[in-house]
This record gives sequence, C-alpha cells and structure tokens, in this order.
Amino acid sequence: MIRVQLREDYSNLIFYLSPLVAVALTLFFGSFIFLILDLSPIESFKIFFISPISNSYGISELFVKATPLAIIALGLSYCFKNNIYNIGAEGQLTMGAIFGGGIGLLFNDSTSVFLLPLMILFGVIGGAFWATIPAILKTKFNTNEILTSLMLTYVALFILDYFVVGPWKDPAGYGLPKSMPFPDAGRLPVLIDGLRVHIGVYFALIICLITYIIYNKTLFGFKLKVTGLSSKASQYAGFKYKNLIFYTFIISGACAGLAGLFEVSGPIGLLYRDISPNYGFTAIIVAFLGRLNPFGIILSSLLIALTYLGAEDAQLFLKIPSAVGFVFQGLVLFFLLGTDFLNKYKVFIK
Amino acid sequence: MSIELIIGILNIVLISTTPLVFAGIGELVTEKSGVLNLGLEGLMLVGAVTGFITLVITGNYFYSLFLSIISGVILSGIFAFLVLNLMTNQIATGLALTIFGIGLSAMLGKKFGGTPINGLNPYYFIVISFLLVFFVAYFLSKTKTGLIVRAVGENHNSAYALGYNVIKTRYLTIIFGGVMSSLAGYYISICYAPMWQEGMTAGRGWIALALVVFATWKPWRLLVGAYIFGGVAIMQMNLQAIGVKLPGQFFNMMPYLATIIVLVFISSNKLRLKLSAPSSLNIPFEKNQ
Repeated sequence: MIRVQLREDYSNLIFYLSPLVAVALTLFFGSFIFLILDLSPIESFKIFFISPISNSYGISELFVKATPLAIIALGLSYCFKNNIYNIGAEGQLTMGAIFGGGIGLLFNDSTSVFLLPLMILFGVIGGAFWATIPAILKTKFNTNEILTSLMLTYVALFILDYFVVGPWKDPAGYGLPKSMPFPDAGRLPVLIDGLRVHIGVYFALIICLITYIIYNKTLFGFKLKVTGLSSKASQYAGFKYKNLIFYTFIISGACAGLAGLFEVSGPIGLLYRDISPNYGFTAIIVAFLGRLNPFGIILSSLLIALTYLGAEDAQLFLKIPSAVGFVFQGLVLFFLLGTDFLNKYKVFIK
Repeated sequence: MSIELIIGILNIVLISTTPLVFAGIGELVTEKSGVLNLGLEGLMLVGAVTGFITLVITGNYFYSLFLSIISGVILSGIFAFLVLNLMTNQIATGLALTIFGIGLSAMLGKKFGGTPINGLNPYYFIVISFLLVFFVAYFLSKTKTGLIVRAVGENHNSAYALGYNVIKTRYLTIIFGGVMSSLAGYYISICYAPMWQEGMTAGRGWIALALVVFATWKPWRLLVGAYIFGGVAIMQMNLQAIGVKLPGQFFNMMPYLATIIVLVFISSNKLRLKLSAPSSLNIPFEKNQ
C-alpha cells in the first residue's frame, strides 16, 4: 500500500535535484524510443547529445539556440514566480520581431549606428505591448490570462503572416513570403567571424544577473516571492497585486520581444513566416526546468538548446524526423512535473 | 449565386468543421469537471497518426479506429495521472502533452507520409458529431452523473465532502476528452484528408480550446460556435476566390479575437462568470488539505 503525506520540512536538495532526475529519466525512456526505431541507443545518444557540440560551429549554434530560450525564460520566471501564467511568449516574440524588424525595413538604406539600438528598442516595445493586453484584461476585467495570452499568440502569428505576404514582401523575392533583408547596420554583430553566435549572449547573461539581483536583493523581488507563495499574505502586507501583474507581464513581454528581435536581426536577417521554432513555448519548459532560478535557467536553456541541435543531427544522420526533439522536450517536462511531487509529499510504502 | 454553389459551400463547411465539434465537445466535458487540458493538439495528432498507420498495415477500419481511440485513452490517462495523482500544474502538463504529441506523431508517421489510402465517408462522423453534442447536453443537464461532473467542476471540496469521488470523476472526463480529440484526429487523417502529414491538424486543437470558451461551456452553443468558426474559414477561401481584397489572415484570426471578446464579456461580471465558467477550473484538488 502506498501512502503519501504532505511534507513539513521543505527540502532544497530535492528541489534542485529533481531536474537532474527528470533528465536521467528522459534519457532512460529516450533509449527505449531509439530501440523501437531499431537504432542503437548509445550511438543515437552520441549523435543526439555529443556530436552536435563537438566542434566550434556546433558550440556556436548551441549558444544561438540557447540565447532566445534563456532570455524568454528569464522574463517568464517573473510571471511564474508571481503565479501568473503568461503562456503567450511566442506571440510576444513575434510582435517584437514585427516592431523591431519593421524599423529595420523602414530604414532599409540606413548605415547609422543608431539603427540597431532603435530596432532593439522597438522589439522590446513590441513584445511589452503585446503582453500588456492580457495584463490589462486581467486587471480590469478579471479575464483569465492563460487563455488570452494563448489566443493572442495566434493573432500575432497571423499579423506577421499578413505583413510578409502583403505589404512587406520583398519585390525581388520571387514572390516568396519573406521581407527584403535588413541593412547591415540593422544586423546584430556576431562574436566570432564566420560563426552565427551573436552579442545576444551577453544580453542573456546581463538579464540573468539583473534578475538574480532583483529576486534576492530588492523589495520587488521579495513581493513577487511572497505573492507567489501566498496571495493572501501578500494582500495583508498591502502589496498591490494588480501592479505586480502588470510589471511581471511587461517584463516577460519585453524579454520575449527582445529575443524575437535578436532572432530576426541576428541569425535570420529578415522577416518571414517561421521565425521561431516554438521558442516561446519551449521557454516555458526552460523556465520550469531551471526552477525559476536565473542561473538554473541558463543551464536548462543550454540543455534544451541541445535537444534542438541533436534533433537536427538525428534527422541528418539517423533519418528520423527532427520532431524527435519535441519528444525529448515533452518527456523532460512530464518527468520534471512528476518528480516535483516528491518535493511536496513524502511517500511511504508499506 | 446558384443553389448548387451554396449547397457546395455548406457541404464543405460541414465536412471541415466536424473535427472542431469532436475535440471541442470532449474538452468541454473535461473543463466542466474542472480540468483544463491544453494537450488537444498533441492528442489529435497522435490519434490521427495511430489510426492512419493501423489502417495502412491492417487495412481494417475497425482496428484503426480502435487503436486511435486507445492512443487517446493512454495519452490522456498519463495526463490525468500527472494532474490528478501527482497534482502537477495543468497548464505546464498540457503543454508538455502537446509538445510530446507533435514529436511522437511525426516520429511514428515518418515512413507513412504520402501513402495513399481509401478514405472513409465523412458523413457517418458528421452525424455522430451531432448526436454527441445532443448526448453531452443531455448528460450534463439531465442525468445524475452529469450533475456530479458539474459539482466537481464547480467546487471540488464540497463535492468531496458530499461523498463524490473527485479523482475518479476527473479521470473519466479527461479520458473522454482525450478520446474525442483522438477521434477528431482520426477523422482528419482518415476521412477529411485522407492522408498523413506532419502537423496536419494545423492548430485545430487550439481553435477547439478557444471554442469551448467562446461557447461559455455550453454544448449547443459549442455546436453553433464550431460552425461559425468553420464557416468563417471556408468563407475566407471563397471570398479570395471571387477576388475580394480583404487579407485572409484577418479571417483566420477571427476565432481567436472573438474568443477574447467573449472571455472579457463573461469575466467582467462576477455573476456572469459564475454562471458560465466552472469555478474550480485549473485548480488542483488536494485531498490531504
């Protein structure tokens, strides 16, 4: 007979250990998937997790993928800490790309050094603007932010689609649904010549540090923590919950917008339909896997970025669809959520 | 416009809207019991691919339908175990289910893309979808079990105190929702398309989710809403065909915008919210507390 009991002693060890357990379980079940597909698990894991980062190009690509994930997840951690579920980061990312990218297209003959900062600014504004809508609806009309932020994601994707097949379509693009490339002044500088890794990495690290300081050294961070643990306690303490909702939404939207602008002005260089391989949704996994801890998020963003790269290599060398990466992402989140149970409850087996 | 054209359009609307009715009515029952399952898209895709593969291998429609349903039972059963027994966050678990389902279906279906099959006649499913809405409407409002489902969704603590088994009720409604999503997927790959292609449900899972809110959790409104959403999508194609210059994307975002408006309308008034949305939606039930 299995009996469970609510934990009274809160264990930090289990809290930080459970992501590792989740990853281990994912690898264990992942090896079964490879066996079913008639592939040797060890060989497959090598192709999936080791060969993608065995050269400088691979490591650069790892950072290219991890940067947007980390930036979005860091922003989302503010919402999730506050028990606000903004799941529309994908839409906010898209809006950031539209706003910032729009500036790049508007001044497409510019060589000014101010073009890129202006694009970044508009990217941030675009993302924050899109996140303000669910925030206003939540605070003014008590509307469920989960559903509105999700719905707005699809609205944003259709807006992007409208621009790239309509007014912003490249006249010299053979009718393909894409914009003309941004001018050089609107491209994000790369860190190493010939590789795609860009200065967004620094932004991610700076945001990580700022977030760490905010969470641990400021009143705002304290308010978030209290509200997340108990909204009643926060009310008694006189914290303005509505303001917290607003700030956290704007911060997460701004981060997602920044990530979106980095994608289009960095690796992609123009606007088209599929600017993001689900980064906005995957960042939710990254945030949870990193335990909403800024440094944890950096680590988990690297791990999840590896599933993207591994999936691409698996498609190339193992001839399995790159969607296998999604299987691993889904599994790791399942196991993480599952192992969290041990964090809250003690299990006795009699 | 000739009669033939109108009948033709109505026919296409009927055929293309049915998966929304299936997935929507399943999610409606799940949400009525207080559980929000964001995994519809994943469930639909896995249901679609399982049915398709089984049909290609065995050539038997009954087996393919059966295994497609089983895939929904298994996946939604996993979801139910996580959110009910392990009390995980419903939003995160549902998203994990969708991401997992997208990946799994693509992997399973890799070898079967482009394989031709003989599709099933969609009209059986269309009739079944109408009957289902009738059945669910009757079940929720007129039967004792339906009342228990609603009680569990309104206030699980009271329902538990009255002696109803909250966990068991929710297991059943989640699995019903899962099976309906698989059926929606099965219909798409066997009747509507009929073929298999990666990600072929094309966001219908999210529209079905919006639909439940749009219908304010009422079965008959869900049927009407599904045909409005489906009709708008078809109308857009026809308007483009006759040369109307309105961008198609604005029609495509209509369902989502309409849902947000309905959501704002019902939630801006406390009483209205109480009368429409299940109060315990997305709140985990912890027996020990």
